[in-house]
Amino acid sequence: MDAVIENLPIFLEGFKNTLGLLLLSGIGALVLGVIVAALRISPIASFRGFATVYTEIVRNTPLTLVLFFCAFLLPYLQFSPPFFVLAVIGLTVYTSPFVAEALRSGINGVPVGQAEAARSVGLTFGQSLSYVIMPQAVRMVIPPLINVFIALTKNTSVAGAFFVFELFGAGRQVVNDRGDAVIAILAGVAFFYLIITITLGQIAARVEKKVAVLR
Amino acid sequence: MSSVLYDAPGPKARARSRAISIVGVILVLAVLAWLILAMGAPKTSANGAVQPGLWDATRWDVFSDVQVWRSLGGGVIATLKMAGVAAVLALIIGVLFSFGRTADHKAIRVPTAVVLEFVRGMPVLLMILFILLVFSTGSYWAGVSALAIYNGAIIGEALRAGIQSLPRGQREAGLAIGLTPLATRFTIEFPQAFRQMLPIIIAQLVVLLKDTSLAFIVGYSELLRVGVKNLPDFFGNRYLFSFFLVVLAIYLAMNLSLSWVARFVARRSGPKAGKLVDPEPTLTPKDPLASVRGGYSTGDAGGQGPA
Repeated sequence: MDAVIENLPIFLEGFKNTLGLLLLSGIGALVLGVIVAALRISPIASFRGFATVYTEIVRNTPLTLVLFFCAFLLPYLQFSPPFFVLAVIGLTVYTSPFVAEALRSGINGVPVGQAEAARSVGLTFGQSLSYVIMPQAVRMVIPPLINVFIALTKNTSVAGAFFVFELFGAGRQVVNDRGDAVIAILAGVAFFYLIITITLGQIAARVEKKVAVLR
Repeated sequence: MSSVLYDAPGPKARARSRAISIVGVILVLAVLAWLILAMGAPKTSANGAVQPGLWDATRWDVFSDVQVWRSLGGGVIATLKMAGVAAVLALIIGVLFSFGRTADHKAIRVPTAVVLEFVRGMPVLLMILFILLVFSTGSYWAGVSALAIYNGAIIGEALRAGIQSLPRGQREAGLAIGLTPLATRFTIEFPQAFRQMLPIIIAQLVVLLKDTSLAFIVGYSELLRVGVKNLPDFFGNRYLFSFFLVVLAIYLAMNLSLSWVARFVARRSGPKAGKLVDPEPTLTPKDPLASVRGGYSTGDAGGQGPA
């Protein structure tokens, strides 16, 4: 236990970086995911095809491989910002298709009768989308989206193996110094992860209960 | 292309949409071609030495060596060995978790729920490191057991959802004809829940296969470590990019074929199989708008997924 308390500053530093990774790559993945989802449902066939291929390829590539590309091959191709930025890029790219799929399933989850009703009372395309479809789709999208961010939180640990100093990296460093207290240290790291993931999970459950569309 | 959201396009709108589509294809192809050419161009590094482009033959000649392919094959086998054993164990653990979570006694149900919540909120990598350091199992068993526990927890939750979505009458009927509670669960509830959740379970196995690459970090010689670490270390760093592309292709081939199986199973035993079961009403892929908007349905674990 004292090993955790002594090294608390290191843990907090790692926790800060984990939150930073989560926030930056979360925003990035959200933006990229919205673009991919929009391409995916667009009426133009070539955009749809491109987005589909992108989703399939990225979703079936292991995260370790994506981060390896960012950490070793991008510098090799003479693009070398700090490792933190490279990790944000990798996590953003890896998470974006999952965001896009969550968004798309939300939009697809709105019953077609809603759109038909909106059109038949004379709303235009923009009106039916913004007054009828989107308000329902957004509610249904939030819980799966939070699940994606919970997964992203856990995935930031992989960045710790590629020279980024976050929680997992902090844990590894402290374990190297204090080999006698491995269990306490790793439990401490797990505790910090659970702070984020359980909070997000609670929010998801709360939101789900509150905004669920009753049918 | 018909949609309820806007009027059917006339000849002008159709022509415009076609034109944009063609421009889009050209744009995407142009960007790809530019990328490929830029990567293929020879580069001059700071000290004036000229490196050959990434598609240059000198970067690819190792692949004529049978030994390279033999090593890569060994990596694939190591990956599959880890994924296979972990998948079987994950299924067993998942079944146990789902039974614990739906047990009649609170004394079993509550601790199981706590353990599940704990396991699902932790990074797999942390679990691998924990098992490796605390139980000093060696990297293979550390990877197998962490992957089995983590994916077992998720499969367990899926099975629980499957069991709970069954109509109460199923269990009541089983008890009424004199089966014990355990026999009811095994012979009546569980088979239906398993069938219902099979697409999600297979999608989770794709995740498991992808996650075997995490064992790379703790030093297990699977496909990723062999392909992008051992082989480039041996043959020289200039082959790094070539090896990376080959490893990526192998991973994609493995995962896409497993995903394809998942989709096939989802189509065969998806929501419509077993009419007694009320599928989750919202996010099911059989929804009509899916076809309207030109997307295709996948039976994937979606939000559960990208671990």
